[in-house]
Amino acid sequence: MAKRIDVSGLTAYYGSHKAIEDISMTVEPRSVTAFIGPSGCGKSTFLRTLNRMHEVTPGGRVEGKVLLDDEDLYGAGVDPVSVRREVGMVFQRPNPFPTMSIFDNVAAGLRLNGNYKKSQLNDIVEKSLKGANLWNEVKDRLNKPGSGLSGGQQQRLCIARAIAVEPKVLLMDEPCSALDPISTLAIEDLIGELKERFTIVIVTHNMQQAARVSDRTAFFNLSAVGQPGRLIEIDDTERIFSNPSVQATEDYISGRFG
Amino acid sequence: MDISTKTTDASPPTPAAVGKHGAARTKSRPGDRVFLGLSRGSGILLLVIMAAIAVFLTYRASLAISKDHGNFLTTFEWNTNLIPPTFGIAVLAFGTVVSSVIAMALAVPVAVAIALFLTHYAPRRLSGPVAYVIDLLAAVPSIVYGLWGALILVPHMNGLFGWLNHYFGWTGIFSWDGGAPRSMLTVGILLAIMILPIITNVSREVFRQVPQMHEEAALALGATRWEVIRMAVLPFGRSGVISASMLGLGRALGETMAVATVLSPDFDIHASLLNPGGGTFAQNIASKFGEATQDGRDALIASGLILFVITLLVNGAARAIIARRKEYSGANA
Repeated sequence: MAKRIDVSGLTAYYGSHKAIEDISMTVEPRSVTAFIGPSGCGKSTFLRTLNRMHEVTPGGRVEGKVLLDDEDLYGAGVDPVSVRREVGMVFQRPNPFPTMSIFDNVAAGLRLNGNYKKSQLNDIVEKSLKGANLWNEVKDRLNKPGSGLSGGQQQRLCIARAIAVEPKVLLMDEPCSALDPISTLAIEDLIGELKERFTIVIVTHNMQQAARVSDRTAFFNLSAVGQPGRLIEIDDTERIFSNPSVQATEDYISGRFG
Repeated sequence: MDISTKTTDASPPTPAAVGKHGAARTKSRPGDRVFLGLSRGSGILLLVIMAAIAVFLTYRASLAISKDHGNFLTTFEWNTNLIPPTFGIAVLAFGTVVSSVIAMALAVPVAVAIALFLTHYAPRRLSGPVAYVIDLLAAVPSIVYGLWGALILVPHMNGLFGWLNHYFGWTGIFSWDGGAPRSMLTVGILLAIMILPIITNVSREVFRQVPQMHEEAALALGATRWEVIRMAVLPFGRSGVISASMLGLGRALGETMAVATVLSPDFDIHASLLNPGGGTFAQNIASKFGEATQDGRDALIASGLILFVITLLVNGAARAIIARRKEYSGANA
């Protein structure tokens, strides 16, 4: 179910500005890969190229290949809409649909994808909310608006919404940066459970978080402001944080810059 | 070192400082007093004006209604020169509501579609100029719309009316006896064009304020552009579109010159929207006020009071609709 991501020679632009250059990496299925690096290094941009969200930004365009197992996401005739149904995303700020109830938020993606019977919807919504460790907190108020939940609950609601459609890959763009430490812990625990079923890629500014949740870590950097971001190295998380092979990685991790 | 300096700065002020600060707070400064007086005065002035209008309308209306020989609500007649005068607002209420409903039914979907096109489909090069042109439409005086309606729109309605009569004449609503198309439908179409800009503009502003993150949430679930609009944009903009429509409706209900120029009025209720006749409150006041006697003027003012009440009711209903789903409005996201 979870799929491998294979990126080769990926370059992304905002208009004429080159945001990231020539990135290649492999992300193994059923693992957590963390992207770290200073602000502006292009890690979020790179994440958004993995489900073709980058091109939603005016002027956004991509060169290179992203293979999901053997299918090129940027191949001719590939519909970005169907790519996003395979590659789910959780954003920096919790963004449940404010006009929908908790139930409808989780069911939103399912309703896009096809016809489900009411009983099937109920089952999937329950399963997804349980999968996001939110069921016990909301099972008595599924018809209340999602925006009434706390920030951490909202983010778990967004995770439930993303996993309800059974994506192959789950992208997370700094999912805890707007949350308090306890909510962050809840999300991190959840990531550990979700990697049994999904390929997870997470962007984070919190290096302890990367160390705690990820199996592999990729370090991105840029040579100067206005220069495109590059992948410096990707390796097992343990190795990146103990004995990285590039000096810049070590400098960043030990807090010498960034 | 740096940190310790900052801590000192941020430490709670000494009692002396508090006292000084507190005194400064309670002491009223002339600038504050002037501004407070101005803003409070403006608020009170508004209430006084509203109350004065209501009192004036009610007083004059009660004079007229007490002399009315007919039933003020149901009589199909407006003869204020008779002794005793005989008049009723049934025809006017019907005409006002029908022409406004036609205008809303035509204008709201088109306005929402234009607003969505400008905010979510059109390239930025195009949406700017188009929005500007729509703004200009709102600035055209209503008498100009009226003249255009009477000289251009009316003569061009024959084809549409013939077609409607041919296919839908059997309903009665669209039957047409071939008279000049100075009818409720023509008025409704003209009103629709007149209220289109305001509804479009307000809707456009609302759609533009849909947070990017809600649209991205829908996109990331694999929504197409239309599905993004349905999931994130329209629900978020719903209350704003209702407010925009109310602004348009307010204009349609009260529109005077354009209706008076286009409509060929009589004092009857017609089932057909195509045959000439009928009337609206504002049109009736404008065409009769100049030559009315004292009683006649009071009667017209009484009809104005009813228009005032209808407008209040419509606005109240709109607010109720918005408030009913307030917790889902997105304002608390």
